[in-house]
Amino acid sequence: MPPLDVDATVMANRRLSRDYNVLTLSAAEIGTRTRAGQFVMVRPTGMTETLLRRPFSVFEIVRDARGAPIAITILNKRAGRTTNRLYEAEPGDRIACLGPLGRPFTAVSAPSEAWMVAGGVGLAPFATLAEALAAAGTPTTLFYGARSGQELFHLDFFDRLGVTLVLATEDGSRGERGRVTQPLDRALASRAPGSTMIYACGPEPMLAAVAEVAGRHQQPCEVSVERTMGCGMGGCYSCVIRVRHGAEAARFVRSCISGPVFDGAEIVWD
Amino acid sequence: MARDLSVRIGSLELPNPLIAASGCFGYGLEYDEVVDLSALGGVCVKGLFMTEREGHPPPRIVETPAGMINAIGLQGIGVHRFVREKLPLLRERGARVFVNVCGTTVDEYVEVSKVLSQAAGVSALELNISCPNIKEGGIQFGCSLMGTSAVVSAVRKATHLPIIPKLTPNVTDVASFARAAEDAGADAVSLVNTFLAMAIDVETRRPTITNVLGGLSGPAIRPIAVRMVWECAQDVKIPIIGMGGITNARDTLEFLLAGATAVQIGTANFVDPFVWSKVLAGLEDYLERHGIDRLSDLIGAFDPTPPTAVHA
Ligand SMILES: Cc1cc2nc3c(=O)[nH]c(=O)nc-3n(C[C@H](O)[C@H](O)[C@H](O)COP(=O)(O)O)c2cc1C
Repeated sequence: MPPLDVDATVMANRRLSRDYNVLTLSAAEIGTRTRAGQFVMVRPTGMTETLLRRPFSVFEIVRDARGAPIAITILNKRAGRTTNRLYEAEPGDRIACLGPLGRPFTAVSAPSEAWMVAGGVGLAPFATLAEALAAAGTPTTLFYGARSGQELFHLDFFDRLGVTLVLATEDGSRGERGRVTQPLDRALASRAPGSTMIYACGPEPMLAAVAEVAGRHQQPCEVSVERTMGCGMGGCYSCVIRVRHGAEAARFVRSCISGPVFDGAEIVWD
Repeated sequence: MARDLSVRIGSLELPNPLIAASGCFGYGLEYDEVVDLSALGGVCVKGLFMTEREGHPPPRIVETPAGMINAIGLQGIGVHRFVREKLPLLRERGARVFVNVCGTTVDEYVEVSKVLSQAAGVSALELNISCPNIKEGGIQFGCSLMGTSAVVSAVRKATHLPIIPKLTPNVTDVASFARAAEDAGADAVSLVNTFLAMAIDVETRRPTITNVLGGLSGPAIRPIAVRMVWECAQDVKIPIIGMGGITNARDTLEFLLAGATAVQIGTANFVDPFVWSKVLAGLEDYLERHGIDRLSDLIGAFDPTPPTAVHA
């Protein structure tokens, strides 16, 4: 199905911290079609400082009482000009959203377990994935790491869905001190090979570490990558990542259309 | 009344002047779901060599004011795979296929052109003698009048297809290159390719893209591109395909008035893949407002009479 270009209105802007916010965008049609792991290309309408759109995972699909999508949200962390503008956005502002785009996660079902691993803003694709997994009745755990306890968001949401939470912070203010891959590695030691699907999203060094841990414990692993993207449609060849299929030579593939979700074992990390 | 948007490039009749720019539209099929490929004037596919190329390591692009710098490094599947895997599908969709031909030597341009000439479904060859992002070939030919002539005349002997050398703006006198191309047997010229550019990350004091240097495109370059098209239009008789920063009908008309017969849109397609129908509607609207039946009547219709002073 072709992506839609929706001139969405900002319905709400929830600032979660000095850097993070959640924008609610009136792009119901995109919400209806989105599968967990897919993204939208976003651009504040009328913004003149930048030209290109930016990719964002669809964070939540907001539904009415009968379950029909009425909006999507995106989880934003300010880092550059567009993300600053999105942090400052006011209700009523317009934001162009193109999507849904990209290859989604493959949701597993019991007896397999689903373990999601999020680092910082890498939490973004896991709210919709957790919903899909909950609907399928798959036992699900979220390993979630951030700089500090103040940057661990949405814990109630995952709790309500019955997701087991394992937390880690760099400063030790909540959960285990250090990297989230440490508790992941320990927990996997007691799992039978092939019993646990690992999903990861976050900074690339974390993704590489998760893929290594998953491989060592013989578990399947899907990672969602974020590379500098130009168009989101496969037109520009900017967002490439090196991937090796089976015995073939490694090659650059476009993460917008061959990803952003990849088999973690196939990526050749820098 | 429906207005006539068709234009002619030599023997090629296009339903409208909008062509997807090379490197900005994949192999065309990526956009199959959002654009009716047969409704475009043409689709110019990503540059092709004889063999596959892997391109530069990412990051490959950086955004700059009103534009972007890219150094993709001509990642591509090579001409043989293109002919096998992509061309039949493009043909099925009724696309008028322009192929951006690359080479590291004159012989490679000739070989790639021969392969494409024997395949069914190619409308024209755009000779990429202007890519700023590769070490050998490309822009080396486009920055020397002799190199330009050498590539164009060699390919001329090897194909019956229309050939359209794509000129670089990274020269002092672009019109002399258009002339050299015309003299060597080109059917048209296209311009501009990107401007060699650079952006530094001042926080890290390092390059923003792996290749350090890249090509600047987007609205930032448009006024320079318009000027270059106008200079060429005064110097050559063959049709000109103009490009550089086109985002809408107004921008398109600027190039046509300066003397371009058709245009290409690149960077703007990244921002809005639905740009094509919007530009076409804008062109229709312009003709309507000005009571003009045929868009082609506007080619080169720029009137150099000084503007009337507007006093505040
Ligand atoms: C990401 C990117 C890739 C490009 N790749 C090619 C290419 O393969 N061959 C070529 O002749 N021009 C290439 N170009 C240049 C464009 O075709 C065009 O000449 C230039 O971008 C100016 O037009 P625009 O401002 O509308 O983008 C590329 C441009 C961009 C931005």
